[in-house]
Amino acid sequence: MLLEIDDLASHYGRIQALDGISLNVQEGELVALVGANGAGKTTLLRALSGVQPVSGGRIRFEGVDITRLSPERRVALGIAQVPEGRQVFAPLSVEDNLRLGAYRRQGADVAADMDRMYQLFPVLFKKRELPAGTLSGGQQQMLAIARALMSAPRLLLLDEPSMGLAPLLVEEIFRVVAGLRDQGVTIFLVEQNAHAALALADRAYVMETGQVVMEGAGVELQADERVKAAYLGL
Amino acid sequence: MAELLQYLFAGLTSGAIYALAGLGFAIIYNASHVINFAQGEFIMIGGMTTATLAAAGVPVPLAALAAMAVTMLVGVALEKFAIEPARDSDVVTIIIITIGASIFLRGAAQVVWDKEFHALAPFSGETPIRVLGATLMPQSLWVVGVAMAMIAGLWWFFNRTLFGKAMLATSFNRLAAQLMGIGVKKVLLVSFALSAALGAVGGIVVTPIAFTNYEAGIMLGLKGFSAAVLGGLGNGMGAVVGGLIVGIAEALGAGYVSSAYKDAIAFVIILVVLFFMPNGLFGKKGVDRV
Repeated sequence: MLLEIDDLASHYGRIQALDGISLNVQEGELVALVGANGAGKTTLLRALSGVQPVSGGRIRFEGVDITRLSPERRVALGIAQVPEGRQVFAPLSVEDNLRLGAYRRQGADVAADMDRMYQLFPVLFKKRELPAGTLSGGQQQMLAIARALMSAPRLLLLDEPSMGLAPLLVEEIFRVVAGLRDQGVTIFLVEQNAHAALALADRAYVMETGQVVMEGAGVELQADERVKAAYLGL
Repeated sequence: MAELLQYLFAGLTSGAIYALAGLGFAIIYNASHVINFAQGEFIMIGGMTTATLAAAGVPVPLAALAAMAVTMLVGVALEKFAIEPARDSDVVTIIIITIGASIFLRGAAQVVWDKEFHALAPFSGETPIRVLGATLMPQSLWVVGVAMAMIAGLWWFFNRTLFGKAMLATSFNRLAAQLMGIGVKKVLLVSFALSAALGAVGGIVVTPIAFTNYEAGIMLGLKGFSAAVLGGLGNGMGAVVGGLIVGIAEALGAGYVSSAYKDAIAFVIILVVLFFMPNGLFGKKGVDRV
């Protein structure tokens, strides 16, 4: 098991954001986490990266307890996150953004990986010397994904990659995510766009007010009446 | 004409010191959004240590290096023992801690040294250089030259090294920097060490011109802060330009109006600029598309 979360809890002050979350992700899987705004999806991803304090439970990565590890140690272990809202380093060049994605790595592989990212996203190559803040929303999302991939992650955490993008770009982003899955990248995808996420996912979890309320295969949940009513607008 | 040139020389010299202090403010501000009001004390400690060691017979280059090391140590200790334990507090709380630290450092300097002024011999003699009827002291060239070298070095560090870029990235987006595996604690520590080094260097080169005592850091620190705010807090180039403007303004004010109003003139200019440009001269928000 690549990632095991066991009874995880987290608070913002006195408000409980995560209330006994248990879920897991296996190597090579694309697991989706869907749920309404405010269900705690982003909080869970932040807790996984170590930037949100945890008040209970355990996170294991490849069998090792990482619940108390610093964010930088987790990146070194192979957990990369594409945060909600892209969060590129706007004044820095596209290339510097990519280079910083590989901050925890050294050596010639980094240059080779950067070339791979430019092949994957040719538009980033064209704009490599421009400040990341001048890119369009869709391009920034691609940069954010490429930047996370530069750390050569074992597990890629994607937080709302389709948020705020035009429908055509949303399709493109999901194509990229599917492509990464086909290349064997393990992905934990958080999405409000439940329809697209469930169609893509091997397995999925549904989250409500800090708890996991449903789980199953992606297509299975897509067909579930309750999910349809609550998240797919059918 | 010669008179104007004379004032400009004086202004550039003090402006270079303010620029170094302003850069010190900018670096720590970028790493933590904290304004470190002990920056002036870094200048004082650098100058006092060099003057004391030189008076004890240590060669000046060696004394200067030792002073830099001592000041950086003070900077790192300040971060470790005063800032770091309070890192979950409000930024304002931490700023007040730095004010406390500056008072503590002044007190400690009185104990370690005394209340007297300390002097340091100019590095290359005291034979004035005549330029178009104005005189230029060799030490002024040292001040400006060393400041330029420091600025170039900083530029290289922040634009050409991975750790420098990581420090910049942390200032632009702390969360994303953490997600890249950048250790923000280390960034904060290095920012204090760097700012202390900048302050120390300023103190070392200015002491042969201005003397130094335990209080010398107060005014220099305030002018450096003004420089940083004038240029736009957190903007390196802004701090340098701001420092030069403050230095030249007060030299011209002292020369043409009255030296009694020297400090006031500099501060009035800053107030006027900030009234019309609250973000400072270069403090524009970066291009950001959502």
